[in-house]
Amino acid sequence: MDLQLSVVKGAKVLMVGAGGIGCELLKTLALSGFQDIHIIDMDTIEVSNLNRQFLFRQSHVGQSKSKVARDAVLKFRPHVSIKSYHANVKDPEFNVEFFKQFNVVLNGLDNLDARRHVNRLCLAANVPLVESGTTGFLGQVTVHVKGRTECYECQPKPAPKTYPVCTITSTPSKFVHCIVWAKDLLFAKLFGDKNQENDLNIRSSDGASSSENVVDVFERREGEDIDDYGRRIFDHVFGYNIELALSNEETWKNRNKPKPIYSKDVLSDELAQQNGNVVQDSATDDGLSVSAMSSLGMKNPQDIWSLSENSRIFFESLRLFFMKRGKEIGNLSFDKDDQLAVEFVTAAANIRAASFGIPLHSLFEAKGIAGNIVHAVATTNAIIAGLIVIEAIKVLKNDIKSYRMTYCLEHPTRKMLLMPVEPFEPNESCYVCSETPLLLEINTHRSKLKDFVERIVKAKLGMNLPIIMQGSNLLFEAGDDLDEDMIANYEANLEKVLAELPSPVTSGTMLTVEDLLQEFTCNINIKHREEFDEEKEPDGMLLSGWTQPVSASEKEKEDKSINNGANSSDVTVEAVEDETGVVAVGVKKRRISETSEVAANAAADETNHKQYQVIDDEDDLVVLDGNSDAGNKRKRMQ
Amino acid sequence: MDGEELTEQETALYDRQIRVWGADAQRRLSKAHVLVYGIKGTIAEFCKNIVLAGVGSLTLVDDRVANEEALSSNFLIPPDENVYRGKTLAELCCDSLIDFNPMVRVSVVKGDLSDFGIDFFNKFDVVVISCCSLAAKKLANDKCRKLSKRVSFYTVDCRDSCGEIFVDLKDYRYSKKKLEETNECQLQYPCFEDAVSVPWKALPRKTSKLYFAMRVIEKFEEAEGRSPGEVSVADLPGVLKLKEELCSAQSVNESHVPDSLLERLVTNTTEFPPVCAIIGGILGQEVIKAISGKGDPLKNFFFFDAMDGKGVMEDISEPNA
Ligand SMILES: [Zn+2]
Repeated sequence: MDLQLSVVKGAKVLMVGAGGIGCELLKTLALSGFQDIHIIDMDTIEVSNLNRQFLFRQSHVGQSKSKVARDAVLKFRPHVSIKSYHANVKDPEFNVEFFKQFNVVLNGLDNLDARRHVNRLCLAANVPLVESGTTGFLGQVTVHVKGRTECYECQPKPAPKTYPVCTITSTPSKFVHCIVWAKDLLFAKLFGDKNQENDLNIRSSDGASSSENVVDVFERREGEDIDDYGRRIFDHVFGYNIELALSNEETWKNRNKPKPIYSKDVLSDELAQQNGNVVQDSATDDGLSVSAMSSLGMKNPQDIWSLSENSRIFFESLRLFFMKRGKEIGNLSFDKDDQLAVEFVTAAANIRAASFGIPLHSLFEAKGIAGNIVHAVATTNAIIAGLIVIEAIKVLKNDIKSYRMTYCLEHPTRKMLLMPVEPFEPNESCYVCSETPLLLEINTHRSKLKDFVERIVKAKLGMNLPIIMQGSNLLFEAGDDLDEDMIANYEANLEKVLAELPSPVTSGTMLTVEDLLQEFTCNINIKHREEFDEEKEPDGMLLSGWTQPVSASEKEKEDKSINNGANSSDVTVEAVEDETGVVAVGVKKRRISETSEVAANAAADETNHKQYQVIDDEDDLVVLDGNSDAGNKRKRMQ
Repeated sequence: MDGEELTEQETALYDRQIRVWGADAQRRLSKAHVLVYGIKGTIAEFCKNIVLAGVGSLTLVDDRVANEEALSSNFLIPPDENVYRGKTLAELCCDSLIDFNPMVRVSVVKGDLSDFGIDFFNKFDVVVISCCSLAAKKLANDKCRKLSKRVSFYTVDCRDSCGEIFVDLKDYRYSKKKLEETNECQLQYPCFEDAVSVPWKALPRKTSKLYFAMRVIEKFEEAEGRSPGEVSVADLPGVLKLKEELCSAQSVNESHVPDSLLERLVTNTTEFPPVCAIIGGILGQEVIKAISGKGDPLKNFFFFDAMDGKGVMEDISEPNA
């Protein structure tokens, strides 16, 4: 206990995140006797945080989380030194030197990107990392010590759940498909950037001939009455397009045929008239407070609206966008906190669901699915924070044999609700913590360097400030301090296909990619491949080695295309489907039958009243076990 | 439960948790009345959790005045003598908890647990007891059980880096949904006295050692007339002697209760804040389950020891009860 006290008092700790886990963690660290705590968080406080982030009050809404959390903890532990940073952990000031000053780093983050970034900095600075995540009643804490245990990226993380394009555009079978259609296609088409590619119509209109005049359908014509416009859009997407789809009989051989819905079927003339008039005297005009629900006198977001109510919301929200928020049209992207956008998407998704015989959902549920909203409660965060501190103390005592990863379960497994598991050894083929090269199959005559940078280096490898080299030849470099010649040179390179770069990249070439901030390097062997499957390999390239373990990736590859979280780069999403009872967890290798059953039960219980549950990656969870060696290829740390 | 909808304010505040347990459960929570007796770090954690979750009311009872020890793992009390002088622990915690959630009524009642009558307990749906003697626990438990309505009864104790929760839901029915099916489930709970009277020999060999160790300490404190937690390393010989007697009376091997564990429990009786957070979190979750009728409740003991990191559930009841 004395040793414990002295390591705790002498430790300098970095906390990343002052949210759900962060508030609990900062409190528990301070109570446990930690004296020197630094905390980084870029977020400000929102109302929906207050149910669990107990250091914050209504009056703090809009203020910096890290600063308010610091002040709140100082009230009951005034002598603790807490330094807060209202900043992004990916900012260059938080470089390897910065990380080196700490004895341990504790993550309470809510997104994969930042977690990967911190993992690399901890590896480069050789500082132990205690990582955590929660969703609902489930949570986990893991310990990552360079050379001793696996790093955060030793096991590939689950890719965001994606759906085949044709499922979204033509053959939805679940409500989430309707949400994705309403949000990523219809909403984007009507209110978003007109120049964006959009799959709306392409599939349902069976051939390119009709897609030409389709472009105009969504434009409001010069002087067109807003209600006429609304009805025209409605009839086109819910009526005409469905008729078109029905004409392709092949599609419906083994499926239930959808029913076209026209505005005249769902609205009486009287209703349609009335619709427009209710809101004239609405007092509030400022953007986000405009609401079709309130102008139609509908109050409860938990209600499931009838088809006719959904149609009225559809027309009213469309009308309100044009009348009250006309200036934003063309620049809008879906935001879960934008009431009117949520109303429009809920209504459109429900009307489409009705057409396809899919059960309708309330606005509350639709908002959760469309916004990938995290399920969160205070208790799980408190438990996880307690476990983080316990692991942090072991790390500080260098008590390697006692390190554990711990899972917080909703239903007991072998009588346990908190299940400790010995950490795994580093994965020898991990491209992050070992030096194993990756393999990239790519069409070197067609893919540009730009495509490689965007789709592989940034999207897949999670680098922010990359340098790309072929041997000693510099092909590309990102950063603020480059001279103009260099910038021009790199700009030119980005537009070239790989085989035509100054030092050509062809089959057999090895590229070295480095991120200066992360102090992280990896090598990629290039293999030329002529053809890629548009549906299955939409990137037009395929990275393998670490990222594509056979078991976990087969399914994902099949599904690739549209993903529900596409509009937000820092949220990775997984949909968990209760019918199948499958909890989508990345680390499938670890799963053994007993625990996966528990996981399935957990998922089933939590989703019993819903068709769907979306889990944020705050939460790349759950349920793995390692107490059995059966089917487990990884080595336990000794 | 029908008819009453959550207000807009409630829906906004509780959005993330309604997504976990549903609007129905949230409505039930907002009508539940919770009593806690004996406030240390673990109970402070529990109170925070339950106030954030949005129970109807929370009533605090603890007439002790604040001192260094009481402050050590309690984040509800500012360590400023000017603030805490002359106030009881319950009053100080109340001042702080009121701020956590304006929709929850937090109040203080003065008095000793043993003096409260059955009518008093009748006002609550949940009663949580901590830091009190074996006799007081049993008495309060009995009073709750005598009521015609169900009062969910819990005791909680943390020492060193260990914690224990006891649960008595009397006769508890709940519906359990599994995929498409809904099953009606029923659990019969023994009272504290009956649970701890189950012969040790009748319990599975793998039963948590902590269960037995806590019983030894409890008995020791009762026999010596100590207040809960009033033991020190000087008492170790006496505690070990009592252990021997209990093991032989129960005809179990002495290895049932490791000496090293007893030594930890008597040497360091102060709470370890991470364990307070864990036990307070599990307890919060259990109370939310019991109020909402959602999810399998714990039956009937829970143990956590930071040493091995396991959080274990134990069913200690007569098999045919
Ligand atoms: Zn690794």
